[in-house]
Amino acid sequence: MSAPSDEPILRLENVSKSFFGFYAVRDFSLDVRRGSIHALIGPNGAGKTTIFNLVTKTLPPTSGRISFKGIDITKRSPSEVARLGMVRSFQISAVFASLTALENVRVALQRFRSDGFAFWKSADVLHDLDERALALLHDVGIESYAHVRASELPYGRRRALEIATTLALEPELLMLDEPTAGMGHEDVDRIAALIKNVARERTVLMVEHNLSIVADLSDRITVLARGERLAEGSYDVVSKDPAVIEAYVGSEHE
Amino acid sequence: MTHLPDTVTKPTTSNHTLIWYGLGLIALLAAPFLFYPVFLVKLLCFALFACAFNLLLGSCGLLSFGHAAFFGAAGYVAGHAAKEWGLPFELAILCGTASAAVLGFLFGYVSVRRSGLQFAMITLALAQLIYFLAWQLPFTHAEDGLSAIPRGKVLGLFDLDNIMVLYYTTAAIFLFGFIAMHRMTNSTFGQLLRAIRDNEPRAISLGYEVNRYKLMAFVLSATFAGLAGSTKAIALKIAALTDVHWATSGSVILMTLLGGLGTLLGPVVGAGVVQAIEDHLSSLPADFAVFGLFRLPPITAIIGAIFIICILLFRRGIVGEIQHWLDRRSGK
Repeated sequence: MSAPSDEPILRLENVSKSFFGFYAVRDFSLDVRRGSIHALIGPNGAGKTTIFNLVTKTLPPTSGRISFKGIDITKRSPSEVARLGMVRSFQISAVFASLTALENVRVALQRFRSDGFAFWKSADVLHDLDERALALLHDVGIESYAHVRASELPYGRRRALEIATTLALEPELLMLDEPTAGMGHEDVDRIAALIKNVARERTVLMVEHNLSIVADLSDRITVLARGERLAEGSYDVVSKDPAVIEAYVGSEHE
Repeated sequence: MTHLPDTVTKPTTSNHTLIWYGLGLIALLAAPFLFYPVFLVKLLCFALFACAFNLLLGSCGLLSFGHAAFFGAAGYVAGHAAKEWGLPFELAILCGTASAAVLGFLFGYVSVRRSGLQFAMITLALAQLIYFLAWQLPFTHAEDGLSAIPRGKVLGLFDLDNIMVLYYTTAAIFLFGFIAMHRMTNSTFGQLLRAIRDNEPRAISLGYEVNRYKLMAFVLSATFAGLAGSTKAIALKIAALTDVHWATSGSVILMTLLGGLGTLLGPVVGAGVVQAIEDHLSSLPADFAVFGLFRLPPITAIIGAIFIICILLFRRGIVGEIQHWLDRRSGK
């Protein structure tokens, strides 16, 4: 809170990514303000997921510079970036299927311990983390599923578990890749409420198809088309932008 | 303790597990009175080897096709240490095991960045390199191998040429390895390995350097394979090319899958079955014919056929199927 709020937590400067000469993202710049919910939207193939992968370091950029909290992360590895405080979610819900919900959250909490390589130390010591893990499961409303294997959870609950696991790391920047993809209405509302809730203390950058979610949640929206920025601003501003309307014709009313 | 909500039932470890452990221990102690001890010694070495392999595949999802390199190389080193350097039994085993650990680090360093088929092929290629070295290096004596390795005495007191001393020493080494590996799978480290096996990209996104964890698992697995190989070489007084041959890598995969991948006892049972079949068939006279009519095909063909049948009928392996059946019966 005391940090200068005008300094962006994430900054992309003239970032490009080409695959075999084809530019998926071209000369793209973006500032994400600390404490905001920022959404990246755009029609299919606009480069949203590529940008997402560039920021989380899953893909290296062809050119340009990416910085997080003022640190140049252009050449860092995905796990390094995660340790700096940027944690991503996945389009397909990412949980550890054979572990229980409680154990899933504990895997994240284990990162703050120094015994990750202690092959001689009984896993029973991890029960120290149960209280915190249960509290996190409670926050996302799946406390009663604590001892259910992740593979047996209903889809929406699995998504919630993923968010609980992500929150366990207390990330400063939460990267959400289509958080409501493949969900029914009831689940969508629950996840939207969840995102709103967690965003109170941190920054969220999300890629999302569902425009009503975006309208409801985001402080700021960047609209992409063909790997370039089409418009940026609040929902009211971008939704009235003629270029955006044009790009979305046909896809908005699907 | 933390407060658990009422709807949550915490899984409890049943007394059954303890009973099974007890039975296993009794079987281990009583076995030499029922079966030929030297056969059991060999079986235990291969069982330990299979457990080491299972440690990597079961908890990490990495299928190594080169584990014979650790088993065989450790055998050569332990044998050489005992025979040429005159080291006592314990130190010779330690030398062999340590060499497997070093080899495991080198193999792992090259291979863990890859997974699946690529990983299997890299480990196979590296193991073939070791096989080539075993042919060429002077101290391995090419196709003669190391023979008449002296067994020595345990703690300088008990003569290992006494067959019962040999059996119980091997059993103790096996038990140590078995318990140590069980602990590893259930350690803070083992928990992270399970997570990495389940979903590697997610583990990375949580900030884990997964390759370091996999490398550690690889080294540990190689070390225990080395312990098995060293013990085998000294107990059976021989270290030979077959121990580093790729067929041995294949056979340990077979034992593990046959017994039940990722189960605690599966590799032990699998090793027992394969060893028993090999032992039984090889003891038959060369001109043995079923019903006096047709000759038996070679052992490898028979084992291959059994393997195919088992994979088709019991995909979870022998122990895996039994566990599955017990789980279903208890209504889980």
